[in-house]
Amino acid sequence: MNRIANIALPLLVAALLLGFWEWKVAHDAIPVYVLPAPSAIARALGENFSTLMESLGTTLLVTLLAFLSASIAALLLAILFSESRAAERIFYPYAVMLQVTPVVAIAPFILLWMGYDRVTAAETLIAAIVAFFPVLSNATLGLRSADFNLIDLMRLYGASRWQILWRVRLPTALPYLLSGMKTAGGLALIGSVVAEFVAGSGAATGLAWRIIEATNRLEIATAFAALALLVTIGLLIFYALSAVEYLLLRRWHESAITRVL
Amino acid sequence: MILSLSDVSRRFPNGTQALSGLGFAIAEGSFVSLLGPSGCGKSTALRLIAGLLEPDGGTIRWNGAKPELGFVFQEPTLMPWATALANVRLPLELKNLPRAEADARAQAALARVGLDGFAQAYPRELSGGMKMRVSIARALAAQPKVLLMDEPFAALDEPARAALNDDLLRLWREDGMTVIFVTHSVAESAYLSRRVLVMTPRPGRIAADIALPEGPRDRLSPQFLESQRVIADAMHRPASPARAERAGGGGVSERASAKETEGE
Repeated sequence: MNRIANIALPLLVAALLLGFWEWKVAHDAIPVYVLPAPSAIARALGENFSTLMESLGTTLLVTLLAFLSASIAALLLAILFSESRAAERIFYPYAVMLQVTPVVAIAPFILLWMGYDRVTAAETLIAAIVAFFPVLSNATLGLRSADFNLIDLMRLYGASRWQILWRVRLPTALPYLLSGMKTAGGLALIGSVVAEFVAGSGAATGLAWRIIEATNRLEIATAFAALALLVTIGLLIFYALSAVEYLLLRRWHESAITRVL
Repeated sequence: MILSLSDVSRRFPNGTQALSGLGFAIAEGSFVSLLGPSGCGKSTALRLIAGLLEPDGGTIRWNGAKPELGFVFQEPTLMPWATALANVRLPLELKNLPRAEADARAQAALARVGLDGFAQAYPRELSGGMKMRVSIARALAAQPKVLLMDEPFAALDEPARAALNDDLLRLWREDGMTVIFVTHSVAESAYLSRRVLVMTPRPGRIAADIALPEGPRDRLSPQFLESQRVIADAMHRPASPARAERAGGGGVSERASAKETEGE
């Protein structure tokens, strides 16, 4: 019952909103180049299906590559930080710099340096920079949160640093890491959109570029169709990560346990 | 003597002298309590014995090679992501025992602490007392010669604590290991141990070395009350060089009535 409601209610809200949108556009006779009705967007999606799917593939590839490489790199750096305070003191300020520098400002340089013939790699790097920091800071916090007594116990039984990392620090960090990765998934998508905007004409082929292109041609319905696909990617990444989180934590972590009173 | 400390000193991280001139020897197979108020450095002493800390001065000497140690903390200190069985298996896995043998020994250790049916339970599904039992099973699974316990029952409710006290005595008798038990409870030290080392704070050192009668304990006997009185006296006496004493020396056989013991 609860499960059905959890899925049905958001869908019902979506249906009501889309219905109101459709009615409002028709009732006020809003021109399609200002705000297309949902039906017009669906039609545009059908008409440009193969182009849009190709663009979706490009954006999805860049986003996933950026997300995975950022997560792995951030986790490795967090492990280095947790093992060495000196490394953290030296490198953490640079990680923060990377985080606070507006990516739009550095994206052109990255494209320039990587070259327009390797635009996918450049876009991936830009998106990865955006996704990097939340994983780094959460994983560092998680690795540091390990129970000191448990670590002492491991030492008492002669465990190596590596065994302590693998058996105590990493499992402790897992909930933190997953939470950081959920944020990073959304940021990787935003980063890849920004990268496409900056890469611009001729180079970019993803959904973000379709939006710019369609807007320039006043094909607003097509732009909205591309936007809807972007949102879908974002939702899919978020819920896929939530599912992974649930599967990994459901037996032991408070965050994943439904309380029955 | 399985272990002897002489003139051991150690500072807290904040610079305060935690221990100074600490010295005592522990006989093999004995059950010794290290009793003192919080902040007297008794946990520090236990960590020094375990080798988790190094002394600033003095020596800690084992008779022969350092024996297999077990350590039980005040908190159960379990891995929340692992089942009770996997938690107990941890020291065995770290010793590279084959999985099947480690499983069998972990199962046996759980059975010995009365957690037969809970091998697959996660720590969050267990009560405080049961978690502590898992923690004790983990220490026992590695078959330690010396078991170090740092106020293991301080956070438990009274019934759980009493049950664990009795089970601990049973396990000690069965295995014949040496137990060094840190506590701030006079009654607990009198009930569990055959010898109580009373520590005074700032800096921590032994203020009194009290031998208690052998044999089973009866919480209602006058002898037990007498033991507690001697220990409490030693604890509250102003710091002075260590004194050896003997409590309830005679075999007091008269049972005290329940009413009399309520004064304690």
